[in-house]
Formats: sequence, C-alpha cells, structure tokens
Amino acid sequence: MLDITDLTETPKISLRDVRKSFGSNHVLQGVDLDLSPGRSLVVIGASGTGKSVLLKCILGLLQPDSGVINVDGAPTTRLSTRKRSRVMKKFGMLFQGGALFDSLTVWENVAFRLLYADGVNRTTAKERAIAALSQVNLDPNTADLRPAELSGGMQKRVGLARAVVTKPEILFFDEPTTGLDPITADVINSLIRKQVSALGATALSITHDMLSVRKIADEVAMIHEGKIIWRGAADEIDDSGNPYVEQFVTGSENGPIKVLAR
Amino acid sequence: MNPLAIIGHGVLGVFRSAGKVGLFGMRGIVAAFSPPWYFSQFSAQLLRIGYFSLPVVGLTAIFTGAALALNIYTGGARFNAEQFVPNIVVLGITRELGPVLASLMLAGRVSAAMAAEIGAMRVTEQIDALETLSTDPFRFLVGPRIAAAVISVPILVLIADIIGVLGGYSVSKLILGFNGALYVHNTVDFVTQWDVISGLIKAAVFGFIIALMGCYHGYHSQRGAQGVGRATTNAVVGAAILIFASNYVLTTLFV
Repeated sequence: MLDITDLTETPKISLRDVRKSFGSNHVLQGVDLDLSPGRSLVVIGASGTGKSVLLKCILGLLQPDSGVINVDGAPTTRLSTRKRSRVMKKFGMLFQGGALFDSLTVWENVAFRLLYADGVNRTTAKERAIAALSQVNLDPNTADLRPAELSGGMQKRVGLARAVVTKPEILFFDEPTTGLDPITADVINSLIRKQVSALGATALSITHDMLSVRKIADEVAMIHEGKIIWRGAADEIDDSGNPYVEQFVTGSENGPIKVLAR
Repeated sequence: MNPLAIIGHGVLGVFRSAGKVGLFGMRGIVAAFSPPWYFSQFSAQLLRIGYFSLPVVGLTAIFTGAALALNIYTGGARFNAEQFVPNIVVLGITRELGPVLASLMLAGRVSAAMAAEIGAMRVTEQIDALETLSTDPFRFLVGPRIAAAVISVPILVLIADIIGVLGGYSVSKLILGFNGALYVHNTVDFVTQWDVISGLIKAAVFGFIIALMGCYHGYHSQRGAQGVGRATTNAVVGAAILIFASNYVLTTLFV
C-alpha cells in the first residue's frame, strides 16, 4: 500500500479530513487523499459510499462541511465565483450522463469553454472542436448534429472531447462507462487512457467498473463508509490483502461490505 | 406537536422561502445587468418570451377588450351611462387588465417553460457542467432570462393594450352600434400618458416575477420527472400569486 508521505512534490490535488453530511447521512467522514501530477487515480467503492460527493466537493459543486481541499497547493473550498471560475480552467470533466447541452450543436458543446469563457471566435472554436472530435474518433459530420441525435457511446465521446479540448491540467471522470455496452465501454476506456497520456494530465476517476479500473488507473483508492480505506498501485489490486477490496474486485456478495435493501 | 409550534414552523418556513427567493432575485438582477453578458442567450430569450408569446397575448387582449366593452355597456345602460364605454375600456385595459392578464398568460407559458428547461438541466447535471466549464450558471441562465423578461413583457403589454382597445372598439362599433370615429376620439381624448406608463411599469415588475419564479423553481428542482413537474407547477402558481399581490401594491402606489 502506498503511503501518502511518500509524495515528494506538491500534490496536484490534496484533501485533508474532508467531511460532508446531508442531514443525518454522514457521507464523507474524513477523507484524506493526495494526487500526484501526471498520475491517474481511480476511486472505487460500492454505490452510496460517497464517490460522487467526493468528486463534487473537489470540483466545488458541493461545499464540504469541514476539511481542506487544495489544488496545486492552494485552498479551493471558499472561493468567490470569479476565482473558482479561474480554478475551473485547470479542470476537464466527463459527467456520468454526458451532461451535454441539448440546445447546442455537438461542436458548440465541445467548444463551450472556448466560446463562452475564453472568448475564442466561432471559426477558430469550431476548428478546435472538430479536431477534438477526431481525437475521440468522431466524424466531423457529427459536429453540426444535436446531442439527442447521438447514441450513448457517442455522447460520452463528445463529453470527453469537451473535457480535453482546452488541454486541462486535471481531468475528472464520473462513472465513464456506466450504461454502455462492453465494447463501447472499452473504447471509452482506451480513449480516456490515450487522452490522459497525450495531455500528460492528472486524472481522477470514480467508477465501480473493474474493467475501467484496470485500463485507466495508475493507482486505485477504495472508499467505504465515507473514508479512504485502501490505496495502492493498479497492479496491486488483486493482491491487496484488504478484505473490502477483495470483495469489491471479485464482486462477491459475501464479505465485509453489506448491501442493504433500501 | 404543539399547535403553536406547528404555526411557528410554518411561518418560519414562509420567511425562509421568501428570503431565499429574495436573495436569488438580487443575484439574478446583478447577473442580468453586469458583465459578462451572454448576448446570444439574451436574444434567444427575447425571441422566446417576446415574439413567440405574441399570439397568446394578442388573443387574450382582444377577447378581454371585447368582453369588457359588453360588460361596461350592460352596466352603464342601468343608469344611462353607455357613452362611457370607450373611456372605461381604455382605462381598464391600460392600467389593469392588459398588464395583469397578459402577465398571467405569460406566467403559464414562460415561467413553466423556464422551470421545466432549467429543472431538466439541473437533473441531467448540465448546470454542474456549466460550472466546470468556467461559466457562472447565474450569468448564463438566470441573468439573460430576467433581462429579456423585464424588457419584453412591457412591449408585449403595450401591444396587448392596443389590441385590447381594438377589441372593445370592434364590439362597440359592430354590435353595440357606436360611431367608430367618436369611439376613437373619446378613447384618445380620455387616456393619459400615465395610464399607459403605469401599466408598463407594472408589466416590467411582472416580467421580473415571471422570470424569477421560472428560474428559481427550475434551479432548485428536485431529481426525477416528478421533481421537474413540481418545479413547473410551483413556478406558475408562485408567479400568479406574486403578480396579483404586486399588482395590488403597485395599484395602491399609482392611484
């Protein structure tokens, strides 16, 4: 298991004792996590263990109740809208459902940040959007379609193109293969790996798809009951020696993780 | 539970909601009238709220004007005051019925559409996506809608005023046997600038309410189809009630 004290350079993202509750539901119960530059960390965990809340807290979409979140060594939990917008320029995010804007065309979705936040003119923005679409194996003819005209896998690829078009330093992936068939899921995993490597970006993904984990992770962390209970290199996951990780990897119903009927 | 505690809980809830709506509205005003502006969003909303609402507002106005003329004629005939139909029609339309009825129709059409659209964006994480794309959802979604509504609703009401008076004129001339030229003369002679302007001020306030309710309830929509449906209903009901309440307050100030 990796020790966070092994890290010698400033972590790209650092969390210390991050806590978040919704009423009496204590979702994050003191998360400590560091992510080194250029590494791809995948956070695994059963449904309802706080993976999405963790991601939203790092992105600033949710305010943690307590704890510290640093990006490049600077705290990001209490920023003004304007300052947060600047931090967001370091980020690229692929949402679980794509979160594409229905009212815009595919290329306008991909070029959204260029058009509305960076002030790039429409001609240049469209050229860059089409180049990003080709990087995720989408034909330029899709550029003028609406998201509703695309399949689920194509929407995910458009979402990926939107995440990488501005060459962000940090990429986030929220359940990138959920709802996709195994072949399309593998294509998405390969594209994620390719884009992360090409950009030299730091990546943080959350998933419960073990195929994704094996394909896109350099390191894996497991979250359970709102805490990181194990962290290690991706190739150590089958020999973790942690009963929670072993149960998760094998997908067995027998083990310390109890799935409650809700 | 203690009945007083239940009442107190309800009262606190009302104040809490009012505070949240008030803060949302203030943030919306700042977003609408300070840079960065998203002109493409603003013009799209201007088209949707203004231009596409013309038929519904026009039809409401013409039938309201026509019915108003008939009612005033019937009432006036009881004490030989039929000749006041043009005066009361223009006064009723410009000061009260034009702004209120047009805005109520817009509450049904525009507030509902805004709540449904923004609510759907909320539940499909599109609003979260805006934030991750360095775009303030308030400035991109709420500001342009408030600005477009505050500008376009008074224009719609001005058109509704003209069409409403035309409805009264048509019924008076064709059914009640009024002299057309005299009707127009009486109307123009009687109506004052303030009658029209006070109605347009009301319309601007109602426009703000329509956009505020649509955006607020959509922005705070709960997950699922039911959540979006509830947001839409709350937007329309909230807008209608606030329009009636603010109409009373504004009328008190303007008389």
